[in-house]
Amino acid sequence: MRLALREMRRRPGRFAIAAALLTLIAMLLMLLGGLLDGLIARSTGAIRAQRADLVVFSATAEKSFLRSRVPPDLRVRVEAVPGVHRAGGIGVTQLGARVPGNGPRDLVDVALIGYQLPPRGLPAAPRRGSAYADSVLRGEGVERGDTLRLGPARTPVKILGFVDDTSYSGAGSLWASPTTWRDVQNANRPGSTVGPGVFQSLVVQASGDPATVARRIDEATGHATQTVSKSEAADSIGGVRQQRSVFNQIIGVTLGIAIVVVALFFALLTVERVGLYGVLKAIGARSRTLFAGVVIQAVVVALIAAAIGSAFAVVLDRTLPPGTIPYQLLTSRLVISAVALVLAAIVGSAFSLRRVLRVDPASAIGRSS
Amino acid sequence: MNDTTPALHLESVRKVYPTGGEEVVALDHATLTLAHDEIVALVGPSGSGKTTLCSIAGGILSATDGTVCVAGQDITAYTSAQLTDFRREHIGFVFQTVNLVPFLTARENLLVVDEIGQRAGAPARRRADQLLDELGLAARRDHLPSELSGGQRQRVAIGRALMNDPDLVLFDEPTSALDTHLGEQVMDLIRNEMKARGTAAIVVTHDERMTHYADRTVHITDGVLVE
Repeated sequence: MRLALREMRRRPGRFAIAAALLTLIAMLLMLLGGLLDGLIARSTGAIRAQRADLVVFSATAEKSFLRSRVPPDLRVRVEAVPGVHRAGGIGVTQLGARVPGNGPRDLVDVALIGYQLPPRGLPAAPRRGSAYADSVLRGEGVERGDTLRLGPARTPVKILGFVDDTSYSGAGSLWASPTTWRDVQNANRPGSTVGPGVFQSLVVQASGDPATVARRIDEATGHATQTVSKSEAADSIGGVRQQRSVFNQIIGVTLGIAIVVVALFFALLTVERVGLYGVLKAIGARSRTLFAGVVIQAVVVALIAAAIGSAFAVVLDRTLPPGTIPYQLLTSRLVISAVALVLAAIVGSAFSLRRVLRVDPASAIGRSS
Repeated sequence: MNDTTPALHLESVRKVYPTGGEEVVALDHATLTLAHDEIVALVGPSGSGKTTLCSIAGGILSATDGTVCVAGQDITAYTSAQLTDFRREHIGFVFQTVNLVPFLTARENLLVVDEIGQRAGAPARRRADQLLDELGLAARRDHLPSELSGGQRQRVAIGRALMNDPDLVLFDEPTSALDTHLGEQVMDLIRNEMKARGTAAIVVTHDERMTHYADRTVHITDGVLVE
């Protein structure tokens, strides 16, 4: 082990190419991970912000907020279930909003959400015709006191303030009372109006085991409802699973490239070292000792690359203006990416094992003579 | 090993290499015994089998037939892993092209022997310093091989071979890369170091002028030993 580390210290140039390539790969991994987390955060913020354990949809909606309808009589049955501490209705309408003072390009995608139980960072639902806006809408020129005009009906909604990390399906959210939501929905979606007391779904605070409460709710409604955890409801928002799947596949391919880079580099290095390994084997070094040295060198190179990649991710997070690229820095993502890169380095270096095993100690004393 | 146990005893050793459906006999019923402090010069032309004999005596190769005993241990049937451990603990090697680790200093090249086995730590460092001092390299201990002369590199290689306090040291053409004067100096050093430690050695050479530094000369031709 010391031999391997000394070589890296005394001959850093030998490892520069591998370190540079792995650093680029690490930066790409961190960037992809940050974009994935940013996209997911912008899609699911509104659900993650709910102070609830469960989300209740109508059974036929297949966990879609847009398709789901929970009428008042169903809500009464849900609230009567043992273990349901509190329930509140929510409704979501996605439409375009015209922002005053934005010139001809004044149309912004928004999701107006009517709520009863205040989500994280929000007070009780505001008065009719007003809303709190997600802070990503600041990047679109929305300011406190502005009156946005929503949808083809140009329904006016006045902005009272801002709240962080509550986007819905990639659009900045507007948090309003259920009355405001019904006004907007009925004025702009005449084919999909909602009556008094009707919500798209219910958010439920459970006082016992959430899974048990969810099962009880669906049994109590005669399976007219489908009750899922908050995280499952967030994952069911359109595009979330697809985004995660596509990005994870790209991350997987990137790790595959890292394995190939490490495998090729250390295979070449091992070929160069055949003479040295022959001598070391002749004087009593075991193959596993020599191979451990190769693995350690690959791990050190990967750790250096991961450290530089992490620093890049932090710099990117601090320099990107808010509301532009959907990028989010999570410590867990950095740790997972670094661990994945180290594992890729170990797997890649393992391809040198056969070559190390095949080195004949007799080569050190010129068997050919 | 006590003073009466031979450092090496080869009894009717054969080594056969299969080549293209035929067999090449590299060593043919070789019998050789070295006393515990004896220096033997092994002389022969290229391809005569002297390296094969050295490899078998040093536990690098296994014999096809015959018996190989080093310092009283019969290593004939040892597995590859057992031979690796045996070499590390009982044999010293000095290779033809010196073969020091290029990115390690003279002292670190000696300590490699400790690092690849069960680490002794401080005692190994003391031994390395002592050997470098005895070999006249104390002032060069922190120099890389590229900063040493040919003779100094050869002395570092000898120091490395002595690090494990071996029962038998094998020198593979130690003077072939040196001029006559330096070659004689190195042979003189080898003789002095081996005799001072009471360690047996086989010196492979094809230079008859170097044989007078040995206690005995053994010739080998076509795998057959002739004293």
